[in-house]
Amino acid sequence: MATTYFTSDHEWLRVEGGIATVGITDYAQEQLGDLVFVELPEIGKKLAKGDTAVVVESVKAASDVYAPVDGEITEANGTLSSDPSLVNSAATGAGWLWKMKLADESQLAGLMDEAAYKAHIA
Amino acid sequence: MTGDDSRHLPLEDIHTAVGARFGAFAGWSMPLTYPAGVMKEHLHTREHAGLFDISHMKLFEVSGPQAVALLNRACPLDAGALDISQSKLSFFLNEAGGILDDLIVTRLGDTRFMVVANAGNAAADEKHLRALAANFDVRVEPLDRVFLAIQGPEAWAALSRAGIETGSLLFMHGVEPRENWFMSRSGYTGEDGFEIGLPEADARDLVAKLLADERVLWIGLAARDSLRLEAGLCLHGQDITPETDPAAAALMWAIPREIRASGAFIGADALRDAVERGPAHKRIGLKPEGRQPVRAGAALFDANGNPAGHVTSGGFGPSAGHPVAMGYVATALAKPGTRVFADVRGTKIPVDVSSLPFTPHRYRKG
Repeated sequence: MATTYFTSDHEWLRVEGGIATVGITDYAQEQLGDLVFVELPEIGKKLAKGDTAVVVESVKAASDVYAPVDGEITEANGTLSSDPSLVNSAATGAGWLWKMKLADESQLAGLMDEAAYKAHIA
Repeated sequence: MTGDDSRHLPLEDIHTAVGARFGAFAGWSMPLTYPAGVMKEHLHTREHAGLFDISHMKLFEVSGPQAVALLNRACPLDAGALDISQSKLSFFLNEAGGILDDLIVTRLGDTRFMVVANAGNAAADEKHLRALAANFDVRVEPLDRVFLAIQGPEAWAALSRAGIETGSLLFMHGVEPRENWFMSRSGYTGEDGFEIGLPEADARDLVAKLLADERVLWIGLAARDSLRLEAGLCLHGQDITPETDPAAAALMWAIPREIRASGAFIGADALRDAVERGPAHKRIGLKPEGRQPVRAGAALFDANGNPAGHVTSGGFGPSAGHPVAMGYVATALAKPGTRVFADVRGTKIPVDVSSLPFTPHRYRKG
């Protein structure tokens, strides 16, 4: 059973079997506007919570997406190389950004659930 | 982003009502995007008609017996050679030939001109012009107007339906169609279009009529920026600054030949020296390879890794369909097709020097 968590920086992560799938929230994609490029991370890269994992570029600006927890990149969403607009159309689905192996599952306790995140952006 | 020191557009309520997202620009709270989003806004302007609120820009009326003399001193321009209703791009230069601002000067009468200045420099421009005017028999009057731009192939048709005929007005000409109105066929997108300065009440009426036309959509500052970059047009403060002269900026076409030789404008000697020497750096277009945008501030390198210049504007060109940028490179590298490399977050992205504009201009010249 996967559980979805949210960060105050507008990332979501779905955790299943020690692996988190990470993306940006629908609210975040709407704020950024039409994405034209996603700079994906290298597989095997180790990240600490708060490190820049991915850079998403809109027509106007580049924005960092941070690692919500410590871990190692296991997969990047290669589809976004040819279709970055998937992040706009399906931010919490097909527009996921990367997967990472969690280094410390206890960090999840510090993240928000959906209700808390909704209150955060309200 | 709307700090207390931000100035607000007279029509802000209209933008708010249609769901504009605002941001700070040049001391103003400006609509950045509308619900359609920057990509659709950009493409809509190229295909139909985009309406822009550019009231942050400033209109000055310069009038009096020595209006020509003042402008010839203030700008590398032969103001007396302009026909009535003719507009010309010109500059305020400093003594070193650096560009304090770029402006459009339109001749309205024998001794009456309209000067349109950029928002960020409006206050400095006014001070500069007033200080110069003290030596001439002339009046400098900043006008209190709403300023709208309507750009795109259907701009003229939308204006016509709104009751404003534009037929005989050609690109880079301006007229006063009604009392306290100023309308020029010009703009900053590369498209045919118009800029209209008018009193607020008239503006509210005109906007309502224009928006009733499905060909017309509000366009924000974000799309204005991608449109002007594709069109290869300079943004003052970014692509041109007091540190760049018109020769380096590849804008000498805006300065008449005889004025280059004998004009007595501020900065004339320095500019002549700069032309004589030839600029060390030149403004050029840049086309990054692949899909990754190269942004303003990125350093450029030659094939051997030596510093070659920098990017002054960069983003994605929705009409071009690829990233587009503008910047300065060493003159030896300024030839279109030359490959340079941009440093983007530590990675060297191949970038080709490109001719400008990235999308062809579609001005109505005759």
